[in-house]
Amino acid sequence: MWLADVFFYLFAVLAVASGAMVIMAKNPVHAVLFLILAFFNAAGLFVLLGAEFLAMLLVIVYVGAVAVLFLFVVMMLDVDFAELRAGFIKNAPLGLLIAGIVLAELIMVLGFRLVKPTTLAKATVPISTVAGIDNTTALGRVIYTQYAYYFEAAGLILFVAMIGAIVLTLRHKEGVRRQSIAAQVARNPKTAMEVVKVPSGGFTVPDKVVDNKPKEKVGA
Amino acid sequence: MQKLLAEYLPLIVFLGVGLFIGLALLVAPFIVAYSKPDPEKVSAYECGFAAFDDARMKFDVRFYLVAILFIIFDLEVAFLFPWAAAFKEAGLYGFWAMMTFLGVLTIGFIYEWKKGALEWD
Repeated sequence: MWLADVFFYLFAVLAVASGAMVIMAKNPVHAVLFLILAFFNAAGLFVLLGAEFLAMLLVIVYVGAVAVLFLFVVMMLDVDFAELRAGFIKNAPLGLLIAGIVLAELIMVLGFRLVKPTTLAKATVPISTVAGIDNTTALGRVIYTQYAYYFEAAGLILFVAMIGAIVLTLRHKEGVRRQSIAAQVARNPKTAMEVVKVPSGGFTVPDKVVDNKPKEKVGA
Repeated sequence: MQKLLAEYLPLIVFLGVGLFIGLALLVAPFIVAYSKPDPEKVSAYECGFAAFDDARMKFDVRFYLVAILFIIFDLEVAFLFPWAAAFKEAGLYGFWAMMTFLGVLTIGFIYEWKKGALEWD
């Protein structure tokens, strides 16, 4: 179908172009926005492969959540451009090394096509397309039975991430008075009100009222 | 496969129409509208003040905590979709696998609640 080919090239070109813009954009916020565009195009490619569920998950999780997180990190880091440029020469050898490793990996992946063409043919069909079973159901049949241990491991990783995020970032302010709904609801006229007998004619302030006043700091 | 892609054709049409209307409304004012700029007209108008400083400032790490907790529960819900679609085929084993998964995350949720991570101050 020529239409599918047209969309493949559209998504592929846009994905590569926005990926290039991620590393070339001067403004880190723009880089993150291009990353979101790259995610969208990757989702389009997944749909073309027939992996519907992964495509929708990519949009929900990566575009909806991870991209927002990246934006937060970019905003929080308060990137200093002058400092970044100063470190360019110093870090260039390390960057080139990592780039070389990634290039070698890419060549090895593409090399499979030359060495063993059948491997690639298998890899491009993630889930056999049985008639009458959609992609999500096919995944659901194996995730919770055949791959149950990996699934539970994913749950444990999410658990660790949750605990870790709370331990690392949660700092409560001291002396903040929080709303206690249970205490509020439990109040009744007997506990909330007190009738103070004020003696008439004198200037005596009852002791209780004096006690309830906030004590002045010494030396303030 | 072809049938699957054919199902996405209305989505493409929808996106195309949306893009067309959006772009038309964005571009039309530049072409049609009467424009006579003036230094006072084009200057920033924000309740009478010029902008104080850059909008890209550091902000509170607590937003990050809220976002990361959102992602974790987002992923948890994402795992529920294939489970619901293949509920019968996954059987009792799949049911308890999901219950264990939800149980682990519920422990995390209780921890989060008790720690007060859902409260702002």
